[in-house]
Amino acid sequence: MNESNNNAESKNTPLGGLGVKSPLGDLGVERNNNAETQTPPSGGGGVIITTSQLIKRFPMGKGEFTALKGIDLEFGIGEFAGLIGPSGSGKTTLLNILGSLDSPTEGEAIVLGQSVSKLSAKGAARLRKESLGFIFQSYNLLQVHTVFENVEFPLLLLNYTAAERKKMVMDALEWVGLTDKVKSKPPKLSGGECQRVAIARAMVKRPSLVLADEPTANLDAANSHNILKTMENLNRQLKTTFLFATHDEKVIGYLKRKIFLKDGYVDKDELVNN
Amino acid sequence: MIKFLIKGLLRDKSRSRIPVLVVAVGVMLTVFMHAFVTGYMGDTIEMNARFTHGHVKVMTRAYAEEMNQMPNDLALLEVDELTNKLNAMFPDVIWSPRIQFGGLVDVPDKNGETRSQGPAFGMALDFLSAHSAEVKRMNIEKTLVRGSLITKPGQALLSEKFAQNLGLKPGDEFTLIGSTMYGSMAFYNFTLAGTVTFGVEQMDRGALLVDIYDARIALNMENAVGELIGFLSDGFYNNDEAKAIASEFNAVYAETEDEYAPVMKTLAQQGTMGQYVALVDVWTVYISMVFVIAMALVLWNAGLLGALRRYGEFGIRLAMGEEKRHVFNTLIYESFVIGVLGTILGTAFGLLFSWLMQTYPIDMSAMLEGATMMMPTQIKARITPDTYYIGFIPGLLSTVVGSALAGIGIFKRKTSQLFKELEA
Repeated sequence: MNESNNNAESKNTPLGGLGVKSPLGDLGVERNNNAETQTPPSGGGGVIITTSQLIKRFPMGKGEFTALKGIDLEFGIGEFAGLIGPSGSGKTTLLNILGSLDSPTEGEAIVLGQSVSKLSAKGAARLRKESLGFIFQSYNLLQVHTVFENVEFPLLLLNYTAAERKKMVMDALEWVGLTDKVKSKPPKLSGGECQRVAIARAMVKRPSLVLADEPTANLDAANSHNILKTMENLNRQLKTTFLFATHDEKVIGYLKRKIFLKDGYVDKDELVNN
Repeated sequence: MIKFLIKGLLRDKSRSRIPVLVVAVGVMLTVFMHAFVTGYMGDTIEMNARFTHGHVKVMTRAYAEEMNQMPNDLALLEVDELTNKLNAMFPDVIWSPRIQFGGLVDVPDKNGETRSQGPAFGMALDFLSAHSAEVKRMNIEKTLVRGSLITKPGQALLSEKFAQNLGLKPGDEFTLIGSTMYGSMAFYNFTLAGTVTFGVEQMDRGALLVDIYDARIALNMENAVGELIGFLSDGFYNNDEAKAIASEFNAVYAETEDEYAPVMKTLAQQGTMGQYVALVDVWTVYISMVFVIAMALVLWNAGLLGALRRYGEFGIRLAMGEEKRHVFNTLIYESFVIGVLGTILGTAFGLLFSWLMQTYPIDMSAMLEGATMMMPTQIKARITPDTYYIGFIPGLLSTVVGSALAGIGIFKRKTSQLFKELEA
């Protein structure tokens, strides 16, 4: 097993003592809409992501489409930030690059001390495996596997023992309040439950960074708030950095930092003071 | 991880049961078609073997040189001893004595004067020995038109057309006028037991079938036969096996220069049968390969589509940090397992149906009545060693290659592209 320094600390955190229960409404999370613009915003600790003059072009017909036009950003450990913008603004493209699922055309993206453009396919896979968690709009759970097995999958890649896996999976399911659904399969779960499984799967290995692309797009308001509170609580308890790509007002309301993208540029970068 | 993948494979019908069934059906059809084509194409050879050539044939060297003329003056002598020797050397081969001869069938009237006459093509077989399989081998019972089979010495069968031309009916007597193996005139009276139709113009025009015992007396061929024909134990001609037997036998007489020494020839070494055997082999391979390729394409596509359908799943796994190579390898392992299971299942069922059609052939004799060419009257399959592994080409190879081709997409696409397909 190959652990990065970034999640070594969080692995030692006894998660059973987090006291996170579902529903998480009693955590006292307050939404604050009194935002003020600061450039650049400061992170919660050391720097986890740095992008400099990040450009991404896609071939389109005989020409090219520039999705990102020189993005300079920095994220600190433990941030709860979001890339906000309409479709085509470049937020998913930026998220993909930061998640080492894609590489920039020009410029540099340093994630957890590693330059994404210089990573080999194997290196990118290792970065994702050890340090990154993903949450998708449509959950993307493995339909034939149980809740337990879906959450367990990232740990299989990290070669944990069966006993370790069981403990970690049950802990993760406890965070999202799904310990009674371990044997259920995704088709039997509601949308909110599926997304909670996806959060547990993203969090089970206690990654340094979680990238969430429109995580509430398929959920109703009540479920959205539950999911967001869960993530907010995990962010607070585990110091995991959360980075969203969204244009959902419900999500935006929970963000501590809002980065507005417009046509591939950073239009505004706001830090929200609680 | 292996347990995780196996669980996924077993639980997802579209990844396991359905592909296994598709592969099994494809392989079953391939195996059965191969056995069917082999059996059907080979049946023409078997028919020739049964009637005249045998799988191997022993005759004197001199007879072999003039084989087309059926020169009984060059016949094998001391046949009992030779048969014993052949049985000792090749216990799995079934030997049958045959005499082919020409002559004139003379039908007398009430006064003993000739009422009608006609040239006959005679064939003497072992009708009456208890162990003889000649009647069954020649399918004579099925060709019987009137009367009965030969049940005692002195009886004969004539082709129906020939008997009608001569005005003969079962129970009538006639005389065979021919020549003995020593060249003198031969006269021998027969009683017509029945008439037969072979469906072959040349034979129906003047065929005369008699018991070998009577022919030996009539033609003065005591303990002699024109030919000793041998049939391989499984009832099917195998050129390699026949050649090996012939070589072993001929090696015994290699040193002698006696033109009456026995020589063994395989079916393929007789007349133009060699060309026909080669032709059948080539066509059997061509037809089988066309079907194998067709099924391979079907299963290739099945493998391809099965893997393409899973790009979404691959996207999830890649996002979790699984390496592309590992995803690809697991895809290949899965398709290998599916290919092996489907192929074993398909081959088992294919062999079962082939065996049924080999053991219980479809009898087409009723439909071939009046046919003017010699055709097999039974449609049957034939299981050969190839039948056991032919299904692995489409079943295993194509499934794995199809999956591998689809899997290349994992490497060709950017991971984020797989994600777009995943989200779609």
